[in-house]
Amino acid sequence: MADHTEHVHHAHHGKPDFWTHYVFSQDHKMISKQFLVTAMIMGVVGMMMSVFFRLQLGWPGQSFAILETFLGKWAPDGVLDPNMYLALVTIHGTIMVFMVLTGGLSGTFANLLIPLQIGARDMASGFLNMLSFWFFLGSSVIMLASLFVETGPASGGWTIYPPLSALPQAIPGSGLGMTLWLVSMTLFIVSSLLGGINYIVTIINLRTKGMSMDRMPLTTWALFITAILGLLSFPVLLSAALLLVFDRSFGTSFYLSDIFISGQALEHTGGSPILFQHLFWFLGHPEVYIVLLPALGITSEVVSTMSRKPIFGYKAMVGSMLAIAFLSMIVWGHHMFVTGMNPFLGSVFTFTTLLVAIPSAVKVFNYLTTLWKGNIVYSPAMLFAIGLVSTFITGGLTGIILGDSALDINIHDTYFVVGHFHIVMGASAIFGMFSGVYHWFPKMYGRMMNKNLGYAHFWITITSMYGVFFPMHFLGLAGIPRRYYDNTAFPIFDGLQDINEMISLFAILGACAQAIFFFNFIYSIYRGPRASQNPWHSNALEWTTPVNPGHGNWPGAIPTVYRWAYDYSRPDKDVDFIPQNVPPTADEKEIH
Amino acid sequence: MLNLLIVLVVILAVVALASVVRVFELGADLRGHDPSAVTESDNRTQSTILVFAGICYMAYVFYQIFWGPEVLPVAASVHGVKTDFLLNLTWAIILPVFFITHILLIYFGYKYFHRSDRKSDFFAHSTKLEAVWTIVPTIVLSSLIVYGLSTWQEITGPTPEETMVIELYSKQFDWTARYAGDDNRLGPSGYRLIEGGNTLGVDLTDAASNDDKVVRGEFHLPVGKPVLFKFHSRDVIHSAYMPHFRTQMNCVPGMTTQFHFVPTMTTAEMRVETGNPEFDYLLLCNKICGAAHNNMQMNIIVESEADFNAWLAGQKTLAEQLSKPVESEIKPQQAEVLEASTETPNGI
Repeated sequence: MADHTEHVHHAHHGKPDFWTHYVFSQDHKMISKQFLVTAMIMGVVGMMMSVFFRLQLGWPGQSFAILETFLGKWAPDGVLDPNMYLALVTIHGTIMVFMVLTGGLSGTFANLLIPLQIGARDMASGFLNMLSFWFFLGSSVIMLASLFVETGPASGGWTIYPPLSALPQAIPGSGLGMTLWLVSMTLFIVSSLLGGINYIVTIINLRTKGMSMDRMPLTTWALFITAILGLLSFPVLLSAALLLVFDRSFGTSFYLSDIFISGQALEHTGGSPILFQHLFWFLGHPEVYIVLLPALGITSEVVSTMSRKPIFGYKAMVGSMLAIAFLSMIVWGHHMFVTGMNPFLGSVFTFTTLLVAIPSAVKVFNYLTTLWKGNIVYSPAMLFAIGLVSTFITGGLTGIILGDSALDINIHDTYFVVGHFHIVMGASAIFGMFSGVYHWFPKMYGRMMNKNLGYAHFWITITSMYGVFFPMHFLGLAGIPRRYYDNTAFPIFDGLQDINEMISLFAILGACAQAIFFFNFIYSIYRGPRASQNPWHSNALEWTTPVNPGHGNWPGAIPTVYRWAYDYSRPDKDVDFIPQNVPPTADEKEIH
Repeated sequence: MLNLLIVLVVILAVVALASVVRVFELGADLRGHDPSAVTESDNRTQSTILVFAGICYMAYVFYQIFWGPEVLPVAASVHGVKTDFLLNLTWAIILPVFFITHILLIYFGYKYFHRSDRKSDFFAHSTKLEAVWTIVPTIVLSSLIVYGLSTWQEITGPTPEETMVIELYSKQFDWTARYAGDDNRLGPSGYRLIEGGNTLGVDLTDAASNDDKVVRGEFHLPVGKPVLFKFHSRDVIHSAYMPHFRTQMNCVPGMTTQFHFVPTMTTAEMRVETGNPEFDYLLLCNKICGAAHNNMQMNIIVESEADFNAWLAGQKTLAEQLSKPVESEIKPQQAEVLEASTETPNGI
């Protein structure tokens, strides 16, 4: 690192033209923006889909011109086709979980923050990093292309359980649409692995002088643990997907057995559909934390900085993230309590699942203690961080019900589950992402976002979010299964239709609120007030770079680190904050 | 044309909004303020909204808690009563946690909003506090785990003797029930034996198959008697969900899953209980299975044992239904047919 002087830096990075600067960039900051913008576009698509199927769920069978405008033959006379309904549910889930909350969240903030926060000129391999984005883009484009296939996109649910996903006879979306889904997902996994390896190597090897692991900001810690988790679990999804490709295209029987469909007995024997579920959830559950941990990391940074107070229990925060990551790898069976798995195995998974609540509780109490006796500056980022604490509590607590196998029997696959995971994983992660965008926007674009639009965005979003997802718990308790095109076949659910209508109204409101964010984002890139070097008075190293850092981040030498990132309001100092690169005075003790 | 108009209106709205924002920012600039800086009045306003919104949220949750007992149907099985108790116990633990943590979040958020004459309390670490909120959740969760697992063990425990066996057979998009008959043994079946009226692929050469009874549309259960369900699927995964009995089990092609329970209330009793004279117990499909997933159902009638026996006696046995006598003298012929169908699965 030492010989990364200014001279070397300029020699490395000649004057960029349009292509090398914006398109084939190897600068981690540009790649981060590329991830963010791609994820935002995918987010709009995913959100529009949810509005479309909420129209059907709120007012079943009613005609909406907007559906025909966007979906054409899939919404004849403005009424959504049942197969398209399932496809929308499937692709909404896939896009949101993978493209937005995994690629978008980790891709944006790992790329932006890791080198800046640890004091590195760039990622360990700029080239791999660029490839990671291009695989991600390819994956997103193929996912979008699958929407235009004659037989429709994949429609077996985002969990693509075979045999439904393996047999085009069972559902039209399992034809070419499913093939494209699998290709897209394969590219996505490659992207995620290339990124993950890079993040890990960078954090281990490229920390600047003095940046020991126990001085690293919690955001970087979270991104580090996330990358390890992804590296351990994504390959398993890849193998699951490949075996599914074999079953679909080459006549193997990994997941298929004893099937009689369309008047025909299939030749597949000896496979098990349950095997797929084990492989899928071996990724699928860690995936929840791959999505959530970066959001928690961002929140830790924002809560501490904006409370002008050190994060409470730094080591406990790191420890609880490690514990959550470890536990997340041994709880996947709680998605499968009613698949007929051995009840003893079920009890093991109940045990490990409920243990996750302990480190989660530690995190929540540490956030609360950080706020206690703080001096809280309400930036939009801080509001979203507080929103995350609220959703993490609300969604986490209902997880205690779902994780209990005896209780899961009755609410498995009902709207209770939909409400639970959208709050704890969807809303929390997206709040973390919004918080991060508002907080680091000045670092990305050198300008500030409009705070008043940010406030409006937050309050409408959280209101509509709870308006949509909280009542779903009660629909689930009433026994309404998820992924139903409508409930009209069941008179016992008639009385709950007005709740569904209310949920749909909130969903539309929530979607409209995102327009405020998009407007603010694009407007601020061009017209926002210019940012100062350290607008939030933060200690972390990313704010020691110039407002618009070039490729290489620091024009001069890389700063040396002398302290942790949370020296806010030290009682023995007059200043409010002490950046990590400020050397200690002679009589100063390192606290943390 | 209308769409074009909508697009134009949206563009104009965006331009108008941009101009408004610009005016505000320029105004702040002129007054010498940094329009992006969070001011003391912002902190006061936002923390006040936080209190207001937080109270609304908690009231909203509090109000919905009273929906819970409304929407959750009355449990109509022995184990359902136990899981409902466990559910209520869990609510009793998590709801106070929810309210306490939210009250703290909102209270701290309001009390400690930024004032320039104050300094935060530098409080970075406390082993005692952290130990408390590691150990207390551990104890509470341990007791929940122990209680939950004991309930789980009761539910999934061995089937009591003299349990009536019923097969629930699923396919896109309907259910079929098969009663084991007098011998309480289901005849063996296989997907390659599916042919004509024999939609479950029952092996008609087996003696246990003779007295099996197949019903569609609705099936009946005797109240107070244990029933063991064996679940099958012939195409994709379905899930047999009977919310009133707190019962759910996936139907997976290629394997048999099972679940047993004791229904405790007859349909007639339940109609009185719910005040709905048209109430029927339901079997729904709860695993995405295709276009008509949302309408894959079967009614369940629970009745006294005498009524049940009378109903069952009135059903035809499989042998009668298929009107192919499975007497021993024509068995070789039958076996040939079966063999043939095994070899040419397409010849249907």
